[in-house]
Amino acid sequence: MPMYRLSAEEVNRMWGTSGAPVEEKSVVALDEDTVTISVECAKQAVRRAGIDPSLIGAVYVGTESKPYAVKPSGTIVAEAIGATPSVSTADYEFACKAGTEAMQTCIGLVGSGMQKYAMAIGADTAQGRPADALEYTAACGGAAYIFAERSADTVAYLEASYSYVTDTPDFWRRAKEMYPRHGSRFTGEPAYFKHIVGASRGLLQETGYKPEDFKYAVFHQPNTKFPITVARTLGFSVDQINPGLVVGKVGNTYAGSSPVGLAATLDVAGPDERIFMVSYGSGSGSDAFILTTQDALKEKRGGPKLSSFIERKRNVDYATYLRHRGQIIQ
Amino acid sequence: MRRVAVAGLGIVPVKEYWDRSAQDLFAEAAVKAMKDAGTDNVDSVYVANMSGALMQDQVNLGALAAGALGRPGLPSIRVEAGTASGGVAFHEAVKAVASGYSNCVLVGGVEKMSDVLPEYVNTALAMSEEQEYTAYTGVTKAGLSAMLHRLYLDLYAEPAEVGMMAVKGHDHAVGCKHAQYPFRMSIERAMDSPMEADPIHMMECSGVGDGAAALMLVPAGESGIEVAGSAVATDCCSLAARKDPLAFEAVRRAAERAYGMAGVKAGDIDLAEVHDDYTIDGVLSLESLGFAKQGEAAKLVAGNGTDKEGKIPVNTFGGLKARGHPLGATGLYQVAEVALQLRGAAGDHQVPGARVGLAQCMGGVASVAAVNILRRFGA
Repeated sequence: MPMYRLSAEEVNRMWGTSGAPVEEKSVVALDEDTVTISVECAKQAVRRAGIDPSLIGAVYVGTESKPYAVKPSGTIVAEAIGATPSVSTADYEFACKAGTEAMQTCIGLVGSGMQKYAMAIGADTAQGRPADALEYTAACGGAAYIFAERSADTVAYLEASYSYVTDTPDFWRRAKEMYPRHGSRFTGEPAYFKHIVGASRGLLQETGYKPEDFKYAVFHQPNTKFPITVARTLGFSVDQINPGLVVGKVGNTYAGSSPVGLAATLDVAGPDERIFMVSYGSGSGSDAFILTTQDALKEKRGGPKLSSFIERKRNVDYATYLRHRGQIIQ
Repeated sequence: MRRVAVAGLGIVPVKEYWDRSAQDLFAEAAVKAMKDAGTDNVDSVYVANMSGALMQDQVNLGALAAGALGRPGLPSIRVEAGTASGGVAFHEAVKAVASGYSNCVLVGGVEKMSDVLPEYVNTALAMSEEQEYTAYTGVTKAGLSAMLHRLYLDLYAEPAEVGMMAVKGHDHAVGCKHAQYPFRMSIERAMDSPMEADPIHMMECSGVGDGAAALMLVPAGESGIEVAGSAVATDCCSLAARKDPLAFEAVRRAAERAYGMAGVKAGDIDLAEVHDDYTIDGVLSLESLGFAKQGEAAKLVAGNGTDKEGKIPVNTFGGLKARGHPLGATGLYQVAEVALQLRGAAGDHQVPGARVGLAQCMGGVASVAAVNILRRFGA
């Protein structure tokens, strides 16, 4: 999680507005981008897993803010962590659910026995048009996960996953445009809520689980209100989602959003606890997952917790924010 | 002229229908109205709609509406008079039956606002102003009403008194199944909400919603609800050209004509549905309709005079603010609500003993107004 923050108060000061969908959002430094964020979390994942990085056979980066329009981000990450050259890499794009798409691919590769280890990253340096509602929340951050066959060394195992996708154009950015555009209130009910509810109910129905069978739940968090509302709609409590609800402090990290929420949850979870996670990507779709933690979780989560990255921060004013985001013409 | 009666009504709840078309909503309201009337023997159709051309790129709604009913072939006419479209369409439908040209008219209004971004709604509303003199400046409908609001505050009332128009609407909407915002709202919440166009707060404005309402009109018999008066009037579009901008002359003229037809005075009206797209417009409408003297309507509202038990119950299902304001359909929601009251079918919203009710809507900043008065037969 980058250390700089832009508060809603500062955005309001700039534009004479009074919005507060989050308290503040994370902002990259001058030399940070989606690749540097991906590399940082990938390195931490490798260190915690305690595995030989050359055995990682796949590195997939889910993002909508690639530094290069043409040239993979995954190759840079794979090189940086020492996974090259015997590795498959690709960049995934499905708005805010590109990270969980990468996860599902890794699950398939490992589950089929094609790879011993596969890494999925969700990371973004999201763009918000100045004065647009998304300027409050479009944030920077990411998380990396390494998938392997279930063993005594794995921190959690996957019980099931389910995807729910329709062609719903609620948010998009066409080639060569600087900022995404969105359909205002259309991004709510027929987009975010419909797809998260659809994926959640689909997975619960297939597995026979009920909301009370889970210790924790993580829903894509574009602002503070939406995940709380969708949790209540589905019958989950605020207590179940609170540990993973970090959006108020760091904003919406887009493809990083639900993976980061899962990381915050794993930081506090005990062994043998079931977690429900659902992403949402505009366009639109949701990937739902059921994970159960294992004993190895406690020993593998040494080092800084997500909360320490959230607390390690420096607030910037609006002009500095623009400079960091490369939005001042020189 | 023949006397005209309301034979049936159909109301679609106002909300955001993301996966339904304007034709779908119109057909739902129309079928409900036909079922309510116990007949589908319609011989002509009127469709009120304001902004289909902008919001759906769709004109020729008359033919489409007849098609949506499965009745292509019927004479079917779209009526547009800004946000007064619904009341004006009702007036035209009344004339069709009164003249003897039609024996069973379906008049429905529909608006599908959720298909466009909010800025297009502002554009659509501004299109009721004259482009060459007013709209080209970029002023919004809220901006124009804000000028009246400011003048009214300078001369007559406190901000919270005008704001009570919205609070009372929300009070009345509680429990209303077709209302978009059926919950209470405090005056503090209204006054603390951001400015939409100073001094109009966001919570003093009607919202964006989709909806459709329809009525069936037939020659009057010896029972039911009759149309006692129906009139449309206009005023010059430019606020600057009006002698007194706080007097809605179009509303006053339409009311005068409708009262005359019905043989009643403002004091005889048991309930009124008025056009409160912004609180100030509702307040000024009450004055122009004769329910309060100029400068006194805000105090009437704040003093509970428009409550269900008050001197003149107003916006008994929430009005534009809380029931919702689907532009061209609004006027027909109002008439349908008045009919429900006169039938004694208004449930918790019922004004006891309601015999005569009035519906008033307007387009632009009251450059066109429709006033329709319904009466319980024999009352």
